[in-house]
Amino acid sequence: MSATTERSITVTINGTRYEREVEARKLLIHFVRDDLDLTGSHIGCDTGNCGACSLIVDGVLVKSCMMLAVQADGATIESVEGLADGDELNKLQESFREHHALQCGYCTPGMLMSATALLRANPHPSEDEIKKALQGNICRCTGYWNIFEAVKAAAE
Amino acid sequence: MLLREVAYARPASISEALEILAADDGARALAGGQTLINVMKARAGSPDTLVDLNGLADLKGIELGPDGTLEIGAMSTYTEIMASSEARARPILGEVCAQIADVQVRNRGTIGGNVCTNDPTNHLPPLLAALGARFTIVGAGGERTVSSDDFFLGVYLTAVGAGELLTKVTIPAGRNDGFAAVTLGVEGTCIASAAASLNGSVRIALGCVDAVPVVLTPSSADADTVKQAVRDANMEPPSDVHASSEYRRHLAEVLAVRAIDQARGAA
Repeated sequence: MSATTERSITVTINGTRYEREVEARKLLIHFVRDDLDLTGSHIGCDTGNCGACSLIVDGVLVKSCMMLAVQADGATIESVEGLADGDELNKLQESFREHHALQCGYCTPGMLMSATALLRANPHPSEDEIKKALQGNICRCTGYWNIFEAVKAAAE
Repeated sequence: MLLREVAYARPASISEALEILAADDGARALAGGQTLINVMKARAGSPDTLVDLNGLADLKGIELGPDGTLEIGAMSTYTEIMASSEARARPILGEVCAQIADVQVRNRGTIGGNVCTNDPTNHLPPLLAALGARFTIVGAGGERTVSSDDFFLGVYLTAVGAGELLTKVTIPAGRNDGFAAVTLGVEGTCIASAAASLNGSVRIALGCVDAVPVVLTPSSADADTVKQAVRDANMEPPSDVHASSEYRRHLAEVLAVRAIDQARGAA
């Protein structure tokens, strides 16, 4: 297959299938936010540090600002929009609400996806394991303590 | 960030990848992308074509030979190395991979990308130099295998030339290894690092002090001998906002001894 600056890709996000023409230079986060209008995932630093753009791609937690949209061709993607059932928050989201685990909320979509990946792999993490799992997500309100509490409670 | 326009190819085989790389001076291999994509955002590098190695099964996989030799496919991610029962034959590999960045980066970043970038602050160049790893490179001219001394050539520069690919890293048997670093925050970028291996002989590799890992082979693992060997290397490490040249020289001594202590503990 020769190199092209644009190609047609198919992705399934939160159960919905999308087929789009996309420029090779487009980052996955821009594709998800701008082309598909799924703006729940955020762009914080755009340098791979903050984790606000975290998505689960084929079961693997990634920072979607360090992946091209064309690389997601054929992938099954989970984003923050897929967590709730309609207006019904899932257990982890409810736990974030209960524990006041968000202040400005900017980092929250990434925190939720990282915690989702953690709890799937390790349903009963220790506090250290929670901290290590959320290391790639920065909360500039520094509300980490409540975030750890929320994840811990959701695991119980 | 919108990248500069770039073409993208997803070859189905190593030979196809080599063809595309050889045909286009501006083509670069895309491994995990955890460095390259950010380099492209910053316009510090602007390849014309990205040759995506994800999906090349021949570059994946971790195999343990009957003599304890490990062969790690260049596209193995840090997470895969951490989870591999084969890689546990040399436990330091998983331990150090677990110290790189964060979960998301470890899920996509690869051993091949880490060493081919050869950023002096990366963890794996000094570690693999200390372990006596060998690097297999393929190109139009065929396949060759080089030692770490011949692999790491300069900052961001390795023996992998234009139109070539690193395919695997081969690590000899051994268990008595150590790694120590002073980092920017827990598991952040290294300010200085040292790796040590005590398997038959004493082998130390220092990171962040020169363009390539500085390999030392002191006559014994005794702390004074190790510190003297670091001093005798007459290094002139770079100064930056995190550490002066003098402080890095000091850290190199301290970390070399810590890495040796860990290697001894594993003995």
